[in-house]
Formats: sequence, structure tokens, C-alpha cells
Amino acid sequence: MLLNPWALSAVALVAVPAYYLGHRSSRFASSTQDFLVARRTVRSRRNAAAISGEFISAASFLGVAGIVLKDGADGLWYPVGFTAGYLALMMFVAAPMRRSGAYTLPDFLEARLGSVVLRRFATTFMVFIGILYLVPQLQGAGLAVSSVLPVPIWVGEVALTVLVVINVVGGGMRSITVVQAFQYWVKLFAIAVPAFVLSAVFLSGGQPGPAGPLGSPASPMFARETTVVVPSNLDLKVAALTPVWVQGPGQQARHLEAWPSGMTAHIARGTRLTFPAGTATPVVSDAQAANSDWLRPGSGGLTDMLRTYSLIVALFFGAMGLPHVLVRYYTNPDGKAARRTTLHVLLLLSLFYLFPEVLGAMSRMYLPQLLVDGRTDAAALWLPSAVMPGVGGQVLGAVVMAGAFAAFISTGSGLLVGVAGLVSTDVFKGRVSHFRVAAGIVAVVGFAVALTLRPIDLSTSVGFAFALAASTFSPLLVLGVWWRGLTWPGALAGMIIGGCLVLAALAVNVVHSHLGGPTYWYSVQPALVTVPVAFLVTILVSLATKAGRPADVNSIMLRLHAPDPLGFMRDRMVNRFGRAAARVAGRGRHRK
Amino acid sequence: MSAEDHHLHGDGIREPDQMLGHGSHVPAPVESIPPAPPSEPEPPPAKPPKRHRVVLADPRSRSRPTLRARVELEEQTSWGEALIKDLVKRQARTAFLLGLLVLLLLGSLPLAFYLSPDFAATRVIGVPLAWLLLGVLPFPLLLVVGLTYNQLAEDHEHDFVEMIDN
Repeated sequence: MLLNPWALSAVALVAVPAYYLGHRSSRFASSTQDFLVARRTVRSRRNAAAISGEFISAASFLGVAGIVLKDGADGLWYPVGFTAGYLALMMFVAAPMRRSGAYTLPDFLEARLGSVVLRRFATTFMVFIGILYLVPQLQGAGLAVSSVLPVPIWVGEVALTVLVVINVVGGGMRSITVVQAFQYWVKLFAIAVPAFVLSAVFLSGGQPGPAGPLGSPASPMFARETTVVVPSNLDLKVAALTPVWVQGPGQQARHLEAWPSGMTAHIARGTRLTFPAGTATPVVSDAQAANSDWLRPGSGGLTDMLRTYSLIVALFFGAMGLPHVLVRYYTNPDGKAARRTTLHVLLLLSLFYLFPEVLGAMSRMYLPQLLVDGRTDAAALWLPSAVMPGVGGQVLGAVVMAGAFAAFISTGSGLLVGVAGLVSTDVFKGRVSHFRVAAGIVAVVGFAVALTLRPIDLSTSVGFAFALAASTFSPLLVLGVWWRGLTWPGALAGMIIGGCLVLAALAVNVVHSHLGGPTYWYSVQPALVTVPVAFLVTILVSLATKAGRPADVNSIMLRLHAPDPLGFMRDRMVNRFGRAAARVAGRGRHRK
Repeated sequence: MSAEDHHLHGDGIREPDQMLGHGSHVPAPVESIPPAPPSEPEPPPAKPPKRHRVVLADPRSRSRPTLRARVELEEQTSWGEALIKDLVKRQARTAFLLGLLVLLLLGSLPLAFYLSPDFAATRVIGVPLAWLLLGVLPFPLLLVVGLTYNQLAEDHEHDFVEMIDN
């Protein structure tokens, strides 16, 4: 599927209304409060759609299909984990956080514990988390664009950076709420319609896909002669005797090689591999080779099980610590509405995730070449044309592409608003122009990191961002809301130790990916170790430093937990920035 | 959504509910106290000063317990503190127990799959059981738990306000 004109027009069809909506509301977004909190006038159901829309990122949209294609049943934990993380948010954090009146997580920590040092560290870690989550969005955009146009990856990354910056700088949060709500439905439509249509086509065909049935003990095979150009240095696991024409990166002619079963082939970047029809697919080293292994969860033994548990911990505890999630809660009027909104979000997310799972499973039968070049995240984009060659497949592929871009833009914008808001209120002094400058800086830094880091699976890198959020913020949030004994030295110690452990694991991972060598499960997903450690450290240090308890802890707990009708909520943004000019004439109706 | 809207003000602060404590009672009438006379030598009174009857609070007033309760909460008397501690403990128990339930249910799956590969491979309506348990069933489970938690939390809060109100 090269140069699909439908795809480009579909992207435009999605982007234009989004920008129009954004622009219309941005004309009214000129005070700081407008920018940052959409002036608390957003209705609960639309807020839920906006939260879901923003949460469904590249990882949810493309990454789930990709990880299911690569890992099989083990990849199904990602959607479950994403949704369970929202449940954890609702039960442990949502209502008390809203009642605290704090705008951002560092703000909440300062309100709860009274320490400015803690707030600074929290801001720093939050910026890390935001950038770590932004990078997969950029890389996903690069991948998507280079699937449609014959351009290198950085073109897509540049395009997304520019689009997101324009979107955010134009209107901040206010413009984004309406846009995000619209984009949830776009994404749902863009994933559900192709899933339905392709399933119908597949089921009516009555036969397993060309690459072989899903339950067979063999790996998928190429139905036709297939040429794959390897985009980066890879190791391929060879499952069966494989004849292949190899043309090296600089060479003119190709030569025939026969790879014996069990061999690991090291392929240099730019090599062209041509597989005759009927050959078994060698797969990248971290994928499942045999279909029967792919079908079964945990076929990698103990390490697989530990990695799965680690992933569950990261996703369950990490959602509450993400910058673009909690910020949107401040658009709710009170604690009860915050809980209700989260319930709606659970429903909307549950509706969504079945479809990329189906697409991923089907890709195993139709797109074996993605297992060779490692770009499994492009599965959802390529599948329609592979199942339905011709115009129908192209149109469906364009629909998926539009949804993917909706995901990139919406999550990217949400992240940028969250992180730029933090930077501008905590590092600069919080005027509107500072917000725009901060947004620009964060976008450029994110783009630079995306360029330098080697692309890994979208799901894996997002899992890392969750692990960092879970190890730094979740102990503070859970303990801060429910335990009077939390002290600021305890919080600081827990956050620093948890964060540094995760960053160390990331460093080990990056080094391994460049040097080669075995990857340990805890360098891919360290949360099983780091989250309990962070909790433990926080608790122990808090118990040891009782003097660090805030003096007014009783009234703080009152404010967090007293039911809303008693009226103990406060708005810290009003205290800090003063009231916005009374332009809100409507009674809670969302103004344009 | 209008039920939510009437609490909204432009600044986002939720004022105490107007309906708090307003059952069917009538606010107690209070007569005004005249200002203190200036402390100069007074001219001898021509007649005794007029006596005013001052009512500080109507014993039948139902607003007294409510306002007093809220004041006690706000001033963090030991009674107020005990009230809030009780509410926090109850909400915490609900949240943590439900969270533990979810973690146990979902967390038992990887172990089950590891210990018994046949269990994972059993087919139900043509789809391997593992795919149903991971890809389809967790979502209704999470939704049900979410609904339960929401209901319980709102009940706890409602009970608390009722108790304050009386």
C-alpha cells in the first residue's frame, strides 16, 4: 500500500473539522484559566468522551494490534491494563483529587504536604513522563506516514510535532476538550468499521488466511513471493529451513542463502530479503515464531509470566500518574462528578479495545512480512489492503489512517498541554505567553528525543511511561489521599528512588538495544520491582520522619473527603491567579 | 445535567448545598439588640429603658445541629475529626477491597496459564479460552466493579450528609 491517495484525504477530512472546532473555541481562550482548565464549564459526558479520546493514543490504536500480532495472547494485557488503570484512578484518587482543588499533580502534592522541594521534583518527573509518552506518538506518526508515502520516518515526526504545536498554542485546553470528544468518536468509528468489514470478509471466505491457520504449530508462511526491506539492524529467529534471496545494503545482485532451523540471522539495515512462496516466516527476535505459541499466553515460561505481572502493575498504578489524565479532571464541577465521569470513561474504553485486538489477530494470517521487518505496529494500516485488495481495501486503510492520526494529534496535544502547563506555571510565572513558549520548547525536546531513540514497539515504550508514572506518583497519590501519616521526606524519598530505578532500567534497555546482548525482563518492564519498592520506601521514611507531617493534616483530609454538599472544596487556581473576568454568563453550559 | 449545573459558579467553588438543614422548619425570628449607649454621664432617665426581648435561637430550629456539625467539622473539634476519620476509613475499605478483588481476579490468570497450558488452550465457541478471558471478559468485570464502587461511595457520602443533617 504505497501512495494511497485515499489515506491522505482521510487524514485531511479528520484534521480539518478538528482544527475548525479548535479555532472556534480558541477565539475565546485568552485568559490563563481558560487555557489551562477550560473554565470548569465542561459537561460530564462530553468530558468523559474527551478523556477517552485523549487516552486512546497511538499505543491503543495501532500498538494493540501490533503487539497482538507480535506476542499473541500476551499482548491482550495492554487493553485490560489500560482500562484497569482507569478503574484504579476512580477508586483511589478521582474524587479526593478534585476536591483538593489542585490543578496539577505537583500542585496537589504541595497542597497535601506543604513542601516546595517536593513540588519541584514532582514537576521534573512529570515532565520526564510526559516526554516519555510523547515520543511513541511521534514515532507512531513517523511510521504511519512512511507506510503511505515513500518518505523517511522523520517526516511524519516533524509533521505531527508541527500539527500538535499549532493545535495547542492556538487554544490550549479549552479548544481541546471539544476536539477530543469529537475525536473519540472518530477513533471508534475508524477502528470498528474496518474490524467489522474485514471480519465479515474473512469469515465469509471460510478459510484460514494465506499465512496459515492461527492454531498451527508452524510459523506463518508467505503465500506469495515477498520482498522485505529491513529498516534497521535486526536479529531474526529462523523456525524452519528457509531459502531466501539476500541482497546486501550496497550490493547490486542478490544471492541465495539457506537458513537452517534454529539459527539467528543478523541482518543489516537496508538489506532486501526475498522469500519464495511457501517459505516459513523468520520472525524478529522478540516475537513469537510458532502460531501455537502465539496463541497461548505465557509460552515464554517464567520470564514471560514475570513480565506480564510487571506490566499489570505498571498499567494499573500508572494511569493515575500521567500528565494528560489528571489534568482533565479539573474540568469537573465536584468530586461526585469526577467519579461519574470516570465510570463513563470505563465504558467508552471497553467499547473500543475489542476492535484492535481483532485486527491484530487477523494480521497474523495476512501480514507475515511485518514479523520480518519488525514494524508490527503498522499492522492495522496494512491489513485492509491485504484482506481486500482493490479500492475497498484502500478506502478502509484510509479510514484506519484517519483514526490513527486522530490518535496522534489528540494524545500529543493533551500531553503537550499537560506538560507545557506544568512548565509554565511552575518554571515560568504562568502568563499565557509563557504557556506558548513552554509548549514550543517541550515539543522540540520531544521531537529531539524521538529522533535519537531507536523505535521500539509503541506498546512497549508506552508501558515504560506507565512504569515511570507508577513508580513515582502512585505511592504519593494513594498514600496521600488515604493515610494521614504521609510526610514530605517520605514522599520525596519514594518518588526519587522509584523514579531513578525506572530510569536506570531504561538506560540499561537503551544500551542493550545498541550493543546487543540479552534483555532482562526487568529492563523492559521494571514495575514489578520498582512500584513495591517505591511504596515501601515512602511508608518507611514517612514513619521515620513524623515531624514532616503537615500541621493542618486534619483539615486537609476534611477537604479531600468531606462530601460535596458540605462545601469544603477550594479552587487553588483562583487563589493563585485570581478569578477570570466574569464572561461566563451561561449556567454551566459549555460555551463555544 | 441541570442537577449538576445549579452548583456551578464561574469560579468553580462548590458552595454549601442550599438545601442543607432546610427541612420544613422556619428560621427563628431574632429581634435586634439596640446599640450600646455612649459612656458619658447620662442624663438621669426619665423613665426605665424599654425592655427588648432577644431570642438568640429557636429551640425548635433544625438548622442548629447542621450548622454546628459543619462548624465542628471545620474547626476540627475531636468530634468532627472522629466523624471524618470514620468516613475516610469506610471509603478506604471499600476502595481497597474492591481493588484487591480486581487484582486477584486478573492476577490469577497469568499464574493459571503458566501452571496449566491446557486450560489456556481449551476452545470455547472456537476461540481459545485464554483469548476470551483476556480479551473480552475483563471489560464487563471492570465495569461492574466500577459501578459497584461508585454506588457504594455515593451511599457512604449520602449517609454521612444525612447524619450531619440530623
